[in-house]
Amino acid sequence: MYHTKTLAELSSMLAAGKVSSVELTQSFIDRIKQHDSDLNSFITVTEEQALAQAKLADEKIQSGTAGPLTGIPFAHKDIFCTQDVKTSCGSKMLDNFIAPYNATVVEKMADAGMVMLGKTNMDEFAMGSSNETSYYGPVRNPWNTNAVPGGSSGGSAASVAARLTPAATGTDTGGSIRQPASLCGITGLKPTYGRVSRYGMIAFASSLDQGGPMAQTAEDCALLLNAMAGFDRRDSTSLELDVPDYTADLSKAIKGLKIGLPKEYFGEGLDAGVAEVVNQAIQQYKAMGAEIIDISLPNTHLAVPVYYVVAPAECSSNLSRFDGVRFGYRCEAPRDLEDLYKRSRGEGFGTEVKRRIMVGTYALSAGYYDAYYLKAQQLRRMISEDFSKAFEQVDVIMGPSSPGTAFNIGEKTNDPVSMYLSDIYTIAVNLAGLPGISVPAGFSNNMPVGLQIIANSFDESRLLNIAHQYQLATDWHKQIPKAFA
Amino acid sequence: MSLGPDEVKKIAHLARLGINESDIDDYASNLSNILDLVAQMNSIDTRNVPPMAHPQDVGQRLRADEVLEENQRDRFQKIAPQTENGLYLVPKVIE
Repeated sequence: MYHTKTLAELSSMLAAGKVSSVELTQSFIDRIKQHDSDLNSFITVTEEQALAQAKLADEKIQSGTAGPLTGIPFAHKDIFCTQDVKTSCGSKMLDNFIAPYNATVVEKMADAGMVMLGKTNMDEFAMGSSNETSYYGPVRNPWNTNAVPGGSSGGSAASVAARLTPAATGTDTGGSIRQPASLCGITGLKPTYGRVSRYGMIAFASSLDQGGPMAQTAEDCALLLNAMAGFDRRDSTSLELDVPDYTADLSKAIKGLKIGLPKEYFGEGLDAGVAEVVNQAIQQYKAMGAEIIDISLPNTHLAVPVYYVVAPAECSSNLSRFDGVRFGYRCEAPRDLEDLYKRSRGEGFGTEVKRRIMVGTYALSAGYYDAYYLKAQQLRRMISEDFSKAFEQVDVIMGPSSPGTAFNIGEKTNDPVSMYLSDIYTIAVNLAGLPGISVPAGFSNNMPVGLQIIANSFDESRLLNIAHQYQLATDWHKQIPKAFA
Repeated sequence: MSLGPDEVKKIAHLARLGINESDIDDYASNLSNILDLVAQMNSIDTRNVPPMAHPQDVGQRLRADEVLEENQRDRFQKIAPQTENGLYLVPKVIE
């Protein structure tokens, strides 16, 4: 069956004429129809457009003008604007929003000949770590449908884990690719800030947001990043750097690799079962010839507090555009302009989004700027410098992606702060703008555990190489939840 | 750090967010908890540390002042709640 194949395997099958893109696309649409009522991982399925794109892809393959991704089905997180297709960002505010243009990432993947199956569910405006803040209801974890898939890219993670799609896009502001990848047992890469264009990716916290690939393997992520990455003049923080072929270094041996283990990532708060799996993965790297070095990232404990100033401050500013005037939700019968703003926003946004807008508004309000936003930006530099110092000593840093395995739906919804702490190992990476990947490394109590690997800026090739070498030696990434096998 | 109901109302007003009277206590307690978490920042002396806005410390890129985008007003206004003659309509502001 096609759904058990990796994207790279499907690519070879398409090239060899063993399957057509139309057949492949239809088989995944059938799987979505059959299984997604158990998961709620899609907000929109674009069957008709997908089959039309697949037909075009088959023509390209036959005429010999296809690339490695031509004809491969995949899904976009519903945060990427897709022209003429609903783009909800998981919010009632955008439930009626048909994007009038494509995000750069959407354009690039379409240019590569990829076939969009639909748009995946997510936490509202990407604010959440469990996919429970979505207006469209929670996504369920395919390994245990009482558990969350993580968030905010929960629909993307769950749909890839259940093999309803070979791959999906995600975005990561504080861990939103890596944490759900970890909780669902798939591979997810957050690139260096500025690597992937943010144009048309609905903004949450602009100095932290970064799009990236989610798939079964590191090799698949490399193929996807080849299509996603690159300079974009329409994104003012896009980096003007050449994009390497991310598959070129995959097979490099890792003998002599220096791996740093930050003591702060293995301390209090880390689940014992998760720690055991992560330690075994590190032993595997040691057996493959890597050198393990103990390091310290002394300001790690400040990452969550700093993030909950920077992200809400930027979100309160970004989300001011949703005013009920130009697009999106508008309340019924507004009395005056202020009533129009207040009720459109009050009724259109969910509780967590309102909370974060208020924290940000408070932090940026007159008299508080220095104590909050400025202070947070100063600490952000200290956190970033911890990493710079570490990378003078080691090539990459390893640790857990998340302190625990997937928790149950409803378990943390009434306690935002405890929810925030589930991103404790991923947030610092966003603050420093570094690339990070989560790789399936085993199970604790039958739920997946992810190993996080962090590299220096622009070093995605090395991350993908290191993850790929691990996946050649292990088969954790090949495990499929029984109900979806 | 503890926020009372009046402060929550003031912040909601600044953000132009309509919130239900019955939710104000919940917001007050959750926002206070978040500000307590954030208060950990105060334990560190940051004098002389330059603030960091962009992870690569890249400044704003400049370009020549040329028109690059075409006018797509009609297409963009199709998704607006209410328009007339190319203008967005809102409740009357000036009597």
